[in-house]
Amino acid sequence: MANFYKDNAGLRFQFSHPLMKKIVDLKERNYAEKDKYDYAALDFEDAIDNYDKVLEIIGEICGDIIAPNAESVDHDGPTVVNNRVVYARGTQENHDALTQAGLYGMSLPREYGGLNFSMVPYVMAAEIVSRADAGFANIWGLQDCAETIHEFGSKEIKEEYLPRINKGETCSMDLTEPDAGSDLQAVMLKATYNEADGWWYLNGVKRFITNGDAEIKLVLARSEEGTTDGRGLSYFVCDNHKDGAIKVRRIENKLGIKGSPTCELVFTNAKAKLVGNRRMGLIKYVMSLMNGARLGVGAQSVGLSQATYDEALAYAKDRRQFGKAIIEFPAVYEMLSIIKAKLEASRALLYETTRFVDIYKVYESIAEERALEKEEKAEGKEYQRLADAYTPLLKMFASEYANQNAYDCIQVHGGSGFMKDYTCERLYRDARILTIYEGTSQLQTVAAIRHVTTGTYLKQIEEYEQAEIASEYIGLRDRLKAMTGQYAAAVNTVAELKDNEALDFLARRLVEMAGHIIMGYLLIMDASRDEQFRESANVYVQFGQAEVEKHAKYIAEFEKDNLAYFRK
Amino acid sequence: MSLKIVVLAKQVPDTHNVGKDAMKADGTVNRAALPAIFNPEDLNALEQALRLKDKNPGSTVTILTMGPGKAAEVIREGLYRGADNGYLLTDRAFAGADTLATSYAIHMAIKKIKDFDVIIGGRQAIDGDTAQVGPQVAEKLGIPQVTYAEDILSVENGKATVKRRLERGTEVVSVALPAVITVNGSAAPCRPRNAKLIQKYKYAKTITEKQEVINDYADLCNQRPYLNLQEWSVDDVQADRQFCGLSGSPTKVKNIESVVFQAKESKKLTAADNEIEELIKELMANHTIG
Repeated sequence: MANFYKDNAGLRFQFSHPLMKKIVDLKERNYAEKDKYDYAALDFEDAIDNYDKVLEIIGEICGDIIAPNAESVDHDGPTVVNNRVVYARGTQENHDALTQAGLYGMSLPREYGGLNFSMVPYVMAAEIVSRADAGFANIWGLQDCAETIHEFGSKEIKEEYLPRINKGETCSMDLTEPDAGSDLQAVMLKATYNEADGWWYLNGVKRFITNGDAEIKLVLARSEEGTTDGRGLSYFVCDNHKDGAIKVRRIENKLGIKGSPTCELVFTNAKAKLVGNRRMGLIKYVMSLMNGARLGVGAQSVGLSQATYDEALAYAKDRRQFGKAIIEFPAVYEMLSIIKAKLEASRALLYETTRFVDIYKVYESIAEERALEKEEKAEGKEYQRLADAYTPLLKMFASEYANQNAYDCIQVHGGSGFMKDYTCERLYRDARILTIYEGTSQLQTVAAIRHVTTGTYLKQIEEYEQAEIASEYIGLRDRLKAMTGQYAAAVNTVAELKDNEALDFLARRLVEMAGHIIMGYLLIMDASRDEQFRESANVYVQFGQAEVEKHAKYIAEFEKDNLAYFRK
Repeated sequence: MSLKIVVLAKQVPDTHNVGKDAMKADGTVNRAALPAIFNPEDLNALEQALRLKDKNPGSTVTILTMGPGKAAEVIREGLYRGADNGYLLTDRAFAGADTLATSYAIHMAIKKIKDFDVIIGGRQAIDGDTAQVGPQVAEKLGIPQVTYAEDILSVENGKATVKRRLERGTEVVSVALPAVITVNGSAAPCRPRNAKLIQKYKYAKTITEKQEVINDYADLCNQRPYLNLQEWSVDDVQADRQFCGLSGSPTKVKNIESVVFQAKESKKLTAADNEIEELIKELMANHTIG
């Protein structure tokens, strides 16, 4: 009888953010569909009430079905029978419940069977599903592919594929190959156009494909014969008829997220349709898809962090040693408070990023209906820049924190945590992939560093500095201001080195400094609106300040010549 | 073939979470202290109804419930899951009904509904645990009944084939329609509420509810007729008052006892093999295990 939405006041709080009104008004085009669809929102309050009620359904399914299934799903995993994936019993049950509840295609327009929800409640749902079972969150989360089809597909493709999402057909995005992982430019799977019937035919191998036996597949393939780089790649949508054209050769035996089938696929003359324009596959569409996927991993990470906190807290209250509950020992409650602070900091960053994404995406889709006003255009562009800057920051921090929290969660459990009897060991294994897939933490740094050097982060930090906060947090803000000074100085120090290798080498530290400051500000702003964040605001700023100090020192003392010690 | 399905549902106090104030001094249930929920086996019944509707396009599912005004929530919960409409039997004169008076009222309401192929209810409600209302409704309507149903396998040619869950196995029976089917808790759990339906029906209200709460969307009920939930009184279903409520209830509660479970005698065993073996034999002998 658990409800993973209702038991978490930190989620509903997000709907009270001042930007929500703007987001929802835009997303609903001032509630133009209210007479067209009997389930469309009537006004802002009604839309928020809809979000609330639908998330309650998800919270209930997560608490009553998905979380209780997680252990058996982890144990049984999917299997391959006759080149087809068969989900674990619990996975199928989870999927059926979410399908019956109509929770696929949440962000799709109503005309395609979706709920037309803005990104904030959609990401919230992803977070909750992941808290219940991070592995299953992948299967559910791949409805993101619908967004890509919606954004870039032709009208014909949209009408063919999108209505099927809400009915429960699952998706996969088939990008990586044995020799093309982080470096997707090396993709070799061949797409050949057949003039006679107007279809593209796909041939080759894909590897590490999550939910690879999905009904609807988005495939990155080489359409331009003779090319070797990213400019020869196009994007295709492909119907998996579960016949011989796409075979599942094997599924990987993984450390974690074992319920999510990771497939090796063989394409033999699989019929496909081109999405968007030729040659734009990697350069435009995959990059866009990737940003969505990174936001998804952010949500997945925060959900998993929530699970680690729940498990650690329950155990620490229950377990007694030396005559008292272990939570009463400073060494233990410090660990718990750090887990919680990292959880709430990454959640604050998650929804801040999501709001940025929400606004720019909604302007993009309005632009398809009418020409944007000059101010709208500028605003959309600004939010896109912020979304681009925040997404890698979020992906890196949230996934690293999920891992740190899973580690601490086992530590709180002591010896018991090392045994298979407790959930924390699964969380620890499930967390491990988060810093790796959809771009490693190292690649997030590569994406984020340019926003350090161009000053996007600093400018946004200065905006946060101006925000009105409760007087209680002025002390914390002073500390954040001091941290900002250290950050700006470190950025200058590195810039003055005028050495790209040194910049790459120190990039992670600079990005982390920016992140600590940003999350510190988000927490004091949230705490000013709701005291449930008071503890985490204090704990996090203390923690972040020490981290910033550490990096500042490292950078200040760094000498270019030192790189020689590291190269060997 | 499209079917007209009526689901009997009851709002009950959640007896899973009984605290010490669950009963009042006079021996009646303290409903205020317990959250009101959709009777669990009625949810199993609703699922069977919705599956019939899925398999037989054009079918309708109508929720019928009796209770105080707030029992309208049961109808909304049904609508959120795929039911088409519902009726709330509510009237002071229905209050205090035992199973006889309840089944009388319900059968009168079903007569008013008139057009139905199958009536599905839960086996029993968790507040009274009598399992009498379903069978009594069937008797009063003069139609056949199937109890302990676990799965309605098919409905064809005016007949339903039903799997029953019995104490030591299952039995498949066929029954001529119209019929009453009462569903066991071992049947498939009810599907979750649906995102679109909850958005569609969340403002559905009875007349009484509309009078109690004034909201910004009052106009909506005029524009969207499906948001108006029907209430039926004693007179609406042309019931005879003497068979309703307390006056129609021969059951009288004589006494209520609060039973406190106490630990029975306990045995202490050592880990020795022979003692464990003795215990296993004992437990097998009294059928606790095996």
